[in-house]
Amino acid sequence: MIGLLASILDGLLVGSVYGLAAMGITLIWGVMDVINLTHGSMIVAGMFGLYLLFNDAGVPVYATLPPVLVAGLLFGIALYGIAVHRMIGRPPLMSLLSTFSVNLVLVGLATAEWGTVLFNVPVSLPGFSLGRYTFPGTHIMAAVMTAVIAGILYAFLFHTRPGKAVRAVSGNREAAELVGIPTTRVLALAFGLGVALACVSGMLIATLFPFTVLSGDAYQLKSFVVTVLGGLGNPTGALIGGIALGLFEGLATPFMPVSWTLVFEFVLFVIVLIAFPGGLLNLRWPRRAG
Amino acid sequence: MRVGTILGRPFFWIVAAAIALFVLAPTLGNNVELRESLLLAAVYITLASNLNLMLGYAGYVNFGSIVFFGLGGYFCIYFVNSLHWGLAPAAIAGGAAVSVLALLFGLGILRLRGAYFALATIGVNEAVMAFVTNFQPWGGGTGIYLSTELFKPLGGPAAALWVIYYILVGVMGLSLYLSYFVKLSKFGLGLLAIGQNEDAAAVLGVPAPRYKALAYCVSAFLPAIAGGLYFFKGAFIQPTDAFDLQFSTEAIVIVMLGGQGTVMGPALGAYLYEQLRGWLLTSDTFANFQLVIAGVLLLVIVLFAPGGLMGWLYGRWPRLKRVLE
Repeated sequence: MIGLLASILDGLLVGSVYGLAAMGITLIWGVMDVINLTHGSMIVAGMFGLYLLFNDAGVPVYATLPPVLVAGLLFGIALYGIAVHRMIGRPPLMSLLSTFSVNLVLVGLATAEWGTVLFNVPVSLPGFSLGRYTFPGTHIMAAVMTAVIAGILYAFLFHTRPGKAVRAVSGNREAAELVGIPTTRVLALAFGLGVALACVSGMLIATLFPFTVLSGDAYQLKSFVVTVLGGLGNPTGALIGGIALGLFEGLATPFMPVSWTLVFEFVLFVIVLIAFPGGLLNLRWPRRAG
Repeated sequence: MRVGTILGRPFFWIVAAAIALFVLAPTLGNNVELRESLLLAAVYITLASNLNLMLGYAGYVNFGSIVFFGLGGYFCIYFVNSLHWGLAPAAIAGGAAVSVLALLFGLGILRLRGAYFALATIGVNEAVMAFVTNFQPWGGGTGIYLSTELFKPLGGPAAALWVIYYILVGVMGLSLYLSYFVKLSKFGLGLLAIGQNEDAAAVLGVPAPRYKALAYCVSAFLPAIAGGLYFFKGAFIQPTDAFDLQFSTEAIVIVMLGGQGTVMGPALGAYLYEQLRGWLLTSDTFANFQLVIAGVLLLVIVLFAPGGLMGWLYGRWPRLKRVLE
């Protein structure tokens, strides 16, 4: 019994990181109705950011977070200029294809550079023991970091002018433009933030599990599952959805082989998508016109 | 639409000529190398022109179109290997089975619009791949190997490769004609209307959900047969090959390169892409950068020439629209 409880609690810790990744997708979708298909490769970029800074430059593990975040933000803004700006307001097909093609380029380059071998960043942190079970320190730390970043994001969106501008553009782009908000810059900022969240979550995931250049696809899909659970366009929902997915994984692990968990996750994903296209939680944030 | 009007259209004969060229070119010189290259082109054309029914006509991007190809391969190999059916009934039964599955999936996921649908198609491919990897009757992760004995009914391995090539060219031809007939039909007009504005189409009486599900189902049939033939030819199937998202990706690049929503576009795109791919694979500098180049190509098309090659041709010589569909 306590084993199951421990498994669930651990699922919650890991799930919060999935939630952080999903916030990146959902923020971009909420603001500009674009599904960012570079999400997976941005998660991998965060993983390799940690690996390179830690292994080659000797930066302490958790001190890599700020540079990864800033680099993600800048790269995201540049990406917006290259591949996304021209797609705003065009059919969803076009932005899907343009971000998809950037993803191909990035994955292709990374594969040429690093191959598809497994990378691992050894992080040792004292765990927390509960009877016979020990929660790895890295899992707890990742969850704490997630909470901190989510808190900062919330403060940014609700208590700063640029954050309020992001929400305004998300609510109604034309109206925001009319009251003098520079929408193009706000869209670029929102895209940068979404990418930064993906990078940071990738960095945190890399402290938990080994990874390859191709890991991005699996985590991108997890992010989709989470976003769909929480409702596209809703960061709070994404966090809750992530925790729900972690809970599901934690619950499932003792009962089925790991390879089957994936099948159930995707089946769950498709079912939720069909049955509740607005998300299970449907707390649309912020309310959108029409 | 009467048969006579179709036979009177030059485009019908252009497609027929292309098929004849595919059949004759390698046969005349008994050129095995050319045959292999054209075989891959035929597979690409089949995948791309069926993807085009969803992507180009109805405006729904399907990132997991390869799931039809892979599942068709699995059904066919299973029928041939475990139930000892002949290749033709196995491939056709595989195609039918995948179409039925696609219809069931389609009725569900096609209630979704735009981006949600695209996400679901990625999920479907991954779910099916994860399922097959765990499904022991189909060999799980290791897959199924075929004994070369199975090539005997087709006249031994060497002759079998020719037979399979001819059938694949036939499947390619059917795909092109299917794409053409759908475009000329009321059904196709309905799909094009959905692609332009789904709400307006629905208001004007296009049964959008039914048409989309039907298009999804129809676009599954021929790729599934092609998958059956392709994996039978290789005498081996495993989940990572059968559901390789790279194939889906290439199919999308091809459709966009040639021109979405046209019949000729995917065929032209597939042929060009196959040539480019062959050149990249043999070049020293670019051998590892095939996907990168496909990605850059796709990005440039999406950003600057969303009509693809056919769009450019139509813009240059508007009269071509009457001849090349």
